Amino acid sequence: MTLSIQPSTLLISKQLPSLKYTSTSDRFDETWEAPLSTLLGLGRAAGADFIEFFLERNNYISCLAEDDTITSISPKLSTGAGVRVFRGKGDCYVSTNDLTFTGLKAALEKGLAILGLALPTPNAYIPEINLELLRDYATKKGKDIWLSECSSMREMGEILLSANAKLQQKATHTQSRRATYFRDWQEVLVASSDGTFARDIRLTQSVGYNLLCADGANRSSIAERAGSTSDPNFLRNWQYESAAEAIAESAGKMLYADYVESGTYPIIMANQFGGVIFHEACGHLLETTQIERETSPFADKKGEKIAHESLTAWDEGLSENAFGTIDMDDEGMPAQRTLLIEKGVLKNFLADRSGSLRTGHPRTGSGRRQNYTYAAASRMRNTYIAPGEYTNEDLFASIEKGIYCKKMGGGSVGATGQFNFGVDEAYLIENGKITKPLKGAILIGEAQEIMNKISMCSQDLGLAAGFCGSISGSIYTTVGQPHIKVDSITVGGR
Amino acid sequence: MANINDIANYAQESARQLGIKKYDIYGSIVDETSVQVDKGEPKQVKASNRAGVTVRVWNQDNTVGITSTTDVDLNGVKLALQTAWEASLFGAKENVPDFSPESTAPVADIPNEKAPQAPVSRLIENLVAAEKELLAAHPAIAGVPYNGLSQKDIDRFYLNSDGALRTEARSYASVYLYSKAEEEGKKPRMGGAFRINRSLENLDLPACLKEAAEKTISHLNYQKIPTGKYRVVFSPEAFLSLLGAFSNVFNAQNILDKQSLSTPESLGTQIASPLLSFSDDALHPHNVSAETFDGEGTPTRRVEIISNGVLSNFIHSAGTAKRMNAQPTGHANIGAKVTVSSNFYHVFPGAAAEQEYSLDTAENVILIDDLQALHAGVKALQGSFSLPFDGWIVNQGVKTSIESATVAGDFLELLKSIIYVEKEPELTPGGVCPRIWVDELSITGE
Repeated sequence: MTLSIQPSTLLISKQLPSLKYTSTSDRFDETWEAPLSTLLGLGRAAGADFIEFFLERNNYISCLAEDDTITSISPKLSTGAGVRVFRGKGDCYVSTNDLTFTGLKAALEKGLAILGLALPTPNAYIPEINLELLRDYATKKGKDIWLSECSSMREMGEILLSANAKLQQKATHTQSRRATYFRDWQEVLVASSDGTFARDIRLTQSVGYNLLCADGANRSSIAERAGSTSDPNFLRNWQYESAAEAIAESAGKMLYADYVESGTYPIIMANQFGGVIFHEACGHLLETTQIERETSPFADKKGEKIAHESLTAWDEGLSENAFGTIDMDDEGMPAQRTLLIEKGVLKNFLADRSGSLRTGHPRTGSGRRQNYTYAAASRMRNTYIAPGEYTNEDLFASIEKGIYCKKMGGGSVGATGQFNFGVDEAYLIENGKITKPLKGAILIGEAQEIMNKISMCSQDLGLAAGFCGSISGSIYTTVGQPHIKVDSITVGGR
Repeated sequence: MANINDIANYAQESARQLGIKKYDIYGSIVDETSVQVDKGEPKQVKASNRAGVTVRVWNQDNTVGITSTTDVDLNGVKLALQTAWEASLFGAKENVPDFSPESTAPVADIPNEKAPQAPVSRLIENLVAAEKELLAAHPAIAGVPYNGLSQKDIDRFYLNSDGALRTEARSYASVYLYSKAEEEGKKPRMGGAFRINRSLENLDLPACLKEAAEKTISHLNYQKIPTGKYRVVFSPEAFLSLLGAFSNVFNAQNILDKQSLSTPESLGTQIASPLLSFSDDALHPHNVSAETFDGEGTPTRRVEIISNGVLSNFIHSAGTAKRMNAQPTGHANIGAKVTVSSNFYHVFPGAAAEQEYSLDTAENVILIDDLQALHAGVKALQGSFSLPFDGWIVNQGVKTSIESATVAGDFLELLKSIIYVEKEPELTPGGVCPRIWVDELSITGE
């Protein structure tokens, strides 16, 4: 057999300045394939092991009604890109607002330089990177019209003012009423040197109330928020009357609540946002980000029992319209359903590309970021404890003296596995019955310990929208659970 | 990328084309590099060069609309002005913001220049060396899971259609090191430190390293403490974080919005122990992040907030100052609704203390080093807090780490329960403050 040298059709480095790319400026479509393919090849020619471009266009608006006035309508427009370059297990990330070929090339060059690499010499060939046919979730799922179908500024204002008027009717001792809404529309394009080429549009919306009531020295403040992805009619369909009724009732009960007496109690945590306990106490510790840092007590526990046998938990990006739902992650991987814990046994971790590279755990479509200024990291999506076999009545009947945590506040987990979260609405349980409202409670514990104390799960799984801040910024997530019983936990109070 | 003059020209040209007569723009251009390391190797290096502007437009009915954008070319600025004009049709009709009356007043003359950025390789070398030294500080220190070294250049500007144009440029470098210690049969423990300065050259990396090591080691031998009432000493950083969490007490916008523990009538009343005084002072000589003007172009300045326990001033934007018949104080953040926030706290002793206290002689006091989870445990509108903390129980100078505990109380009661403000201030990223002694607070231990 003889080999002949074929005429080269490969691009040569010195030809780059003469290239004229005409990518569509207001849409990430197939016209971006040629320039991104060239840049990816350029990065490979420089010696990088892997390169990824993340392009983003964002159209955000928020609206605030205070009492009976719209006090803020605030649009934000942004465009940007990030390029991530890997060399071995090390990587760097460079972001820019400049989406021209020159601007992206400058960002790539900076990333290469950081890793000790340089653009190839003028006569060097630039390898071809064959990107897949554009995997366009936006067009395939009819998302291109979403933005135009969302509520107008006028409609936003009208709905929030009506909602605030309803809250005034429902609440007593009102000091201030706020109704807030935001719409976050995001178009993303991912192109990487393994051939990934994918586009998506995300539409995330949230609307809610903040109510402050005061009567002399007694004060209560309650917030309630609903969230959705993928539904342009979300605000139009907001059931603000029932939301107003619920928040007014909560604020009224908490207005005269006593401070909780600190100590160790059995508790029942309500469904929906009660799921923040699992999110903070366990979910974060199953992210490969934590395993890389050696800050997860569960790092070497895959296949082992880490929780009470009554506990099964999932993380997924597939629930319809849920706040953490995504068709693809920010590394272009289709969404997955990941079983985290099954009957107390640890089954899987959540991995992004770099986490997978550094820990060996398989990618799970969990590479997420706030925006183009962050590299993707392993993050949660819709995370929840699965329904169990008990009823709520069973849970309450099992407690002689304890605390019912009806509405949770925020929380956090530290590097040693210690977690804490506030309780916005709590009640004393005495002999299986709710007796009086309590305020000022904060739950404190250690992840490994608490997971074995979740002994009873009810059947009423509910999800709630949340915001999660971590290494790759603030992202939209869902937390969830049925009512659960924790056998004992430290409650900070007075 | 466009520079500030380009953006000013784009705005002027676009406003003319769109028939917009009154507008202002606040923006910044940021060039930043940061590194993290893991076991002697660079883990992630980040670099960014980005710009962002916020434009406000007043329409013919004098209502205001706003838009923020990162597209700072001619088309981007024009689109932002147009979108802001559309938003202005739905703008508030009462308490409409206006240009600050001080947007062209002279600003403080303080050093205002950028430092040359160090090469990334030097950032990595410095951080790798710091990580190595921290790991060597004690056999129990098993890792430095949270670390970072960054440098940043910021160009800020404010301009308006009445001819105001302010710019300033600064550089910062910062480092954080949080190490984790593990010993057989014990729970993992952590400690850390943070430093910021105007350049990598000025950054006190050795001091950060020393503090991180000392704190981590100090938590190795820990004990549970019984739940109860304790005398509490707040570290400067802990006290400032609590002060920041309850800043609605002296924030004029919060007060006007009824989102505060104060009312306009609170001015002049005794809200804290006479031992306490503090100011907000953006121009404090130790504030490396000093800014000479706020988001409305108003010059920043020192504002006395509590003098000998008496609430003496609020912090203002131009709009709140007008409504409360006061002067703007340089604390505004531009937005569809202008917000107000503090700059740099300076806490110091007020009236002379009748009795002085010392950790060297005090018995059974809790020294709180760092308050955690403020977003979860502070009820700013109720005045209450219940917060986990890192700290020690101190007996005659001997510090023993507390395994896990929370501190709870009422902020206004805490201010009145201050029994001593130490004399020696410490510089922290959020301000200058000495240690603060509080008579009694609820501690939940075991």
